[in-house]
Amino acid sequence: MSNISVNSLVKKFGAVTAVDGISFSVEPGEVFGFLGPNGAGKSTTISILCTLLAPTSGRASVGGFDCVRDADAVRRSIGIIFQDPTLDNGLTAFENLLFHAYLYGLDRRAARKRIDDALSLVGLDGRKNELVRKFSGGMKRRLEIARGILNYPKVLFMDEPTIGLDPQTRNLIWEFIRELKKNTGVTVFMTTHYLEEAEFCDRIAIIDLGKIIASGTPSELKAGLQGDTLKLSAADPKGLESEIREKFGMDSKINDGGITLTVKRGDEILPALIRGLSTKITAVSMTTPTLNDVFLSLTGKNIREEGSDPYGPMRSYARKNHGGH
Amino acid sequence: MANIAHEMKAIYVISYRELRKFIREKSRIMGTMARPILWLFVVGGGMSKLVRPVSGISYIQFIFPGMIGMTILFASIFSAISIVWDREFGFLKEILVAPISRFSVVVGKAMAGTSISMLQVLILLIFVPVLGIRINAPQFLLLILSSGMLAFSLTCFGILVASRMSSYEGFNIIMNFLVMPMFFLSGAMYPVKLMPPALREIAYANPLTYGVDGLKNILLASASGTPMGPEYPAIVDFAVVAGFLVVTAVLANLSFRRAA
Repeated sequence: MSNISVNSLVKKFGAVTAVDGISFSVEPGEVFGFLGPNGAGKSTTISILCTLLAPTSGRASVGGFDCVRDADAVRRSIGIIFQDPTLDNGLTAFENLLFHAYLYGLDRRAARKRIDDALSLVGLDGRKNELVRKFSGGMKRRLEIARGILNYPKVLFMDEPTIGLDPQTRNLIWEFIRELKKNTGVTVFMTTHYLEEAEFCDRIAIIDLGKIIASGTPSELKAGLQGDTLKLSAADPKGLESEIREKFGMDSKINDGGITLTVKRGDEILPALIRGLSTKITAVSMTTPTLNDVFLSLTGKNIREEGSDPYGPMRSYARKNHGGH
Repeated sequence: MANIAHEMKAIYVISYRELRKFIREKSRIMGTMARPILWLFVVGGGMSKLVRPVSGISYIQFIFPGMIGMTILFASIFSAISIVWDREFGFLKEILVAPISRFSVVVGKAMAGTSISMLQVLILLIFVPVLGIRINAPQFLLLILSSGMLAFSLTCFGILVASRMSSYEGFNIIMNFLVMPMFFLSGAMYPVKLMPPALREIAYANPLTYGVDGLKNILLASASGTPMGPEYPAIVDFAVVAGFLVVTAVLANLSFRRAA
């Protein structure tokens, strides 16, 4: 059974439709990425899945429980790392975690044990009794991850877990996520607008203007694109071009000093080409498409283009004034 | 049963958090204690020179129950308004996604405000002998009970207000148009009986009036019937505060549930 299942989900804030009839499912143990520009509807979807917002229509279930009718059971089975920090700066790291443990009904002894384990997992065991106020942004994020896994969730939600962090901390966070997945088999649902991060996911869905416009594994999505670009240099580009057409039935373009051709599985075709061609090749190179190419081809815009969503400001306005928090 | 134990744990930890932070911030304790002590000795001490004692009660003794009321009022409302801080700093989300009922959140917050208020009341009660007021053990217990009820109801009142505030900017309005008038029109500084009629009507509608009057019934019983003493029978004060407590507790729950 799927750990997350979403069916024709719609969320409207007044006249603005933030989530526009999306459907998807996430299998146990998957790292599922929700990729889209700011204001695409990612955080709204997470809020519905975490039972913080009620959908306008459609169905959502997490861990087998309905997000509206069985909200309490959903809450018990999830851990969340919100986009904005939600730690109490006036408490120590330990106190923040103890607060969380008690909210989730753990008893004192179990809480202490899990807190120690979680803190050492994120490398904060030495900072246990320090006030969170003194922590750096990266340390706070790590503490939030420790808190998110304290109740052994079935599904861990992460809303832009690495936003605003330096690359080193970002890599560290990703190491935690992979480690966590390996050790606990937890399902991870994350949103991001960093394409490099989406590459780490088992599966991704691309969301824009409230709609899912594509989904699949990162390589599937890229394979659906024009394909890999191969560049072969040769002293005789013309001869090379005609030999490729005759032997492999593929069209290539001649440019100075060589040819380029676009193929679906460049990594498999390239060795075959080199083995099968008699024309002397002096250099080869291959470029695989990035998720940004995928995004660009689907939406006609770059994912991090500022102001690419005309409703962005309206959406956040609507969220602020109708979302309740 | 396990569920009730879980909710109790949540209530405990929500109130423990606030109390822990209150005790940690020494400057906050000093700040909140400075107000009643300044009022008591600067205003009360000064006015005692102008106002003749009535049936053995001096002005400084007269305002002491009012100072307890003021301490409870400010501490309770401040504590409840922390909901707005929690919302601004995101911590409220951590509470709202937890598998606990909204009811427990409200009770936890109300208990937090009550304990912080009571801690300050206990500090203030050190001045009972200094001011020459005599109370026995049952009176002391009654004092704790009345203060506790008043603190709980005022915190619920604060939660009701806080769940309707979308940002901290409304705080000054709350202070100037709600908290300060509630204090001045409660009989804390001046007998309600002697107020101009229009203000007197407002004071009669002010629940804090009955809270303060209840404290006067315990601390200034000897001056009953004079302007310095309590105005109502203790049972009336008790009934009004108890009613206020029930109403604010219900409304705080409804209002918080809607806002969250």
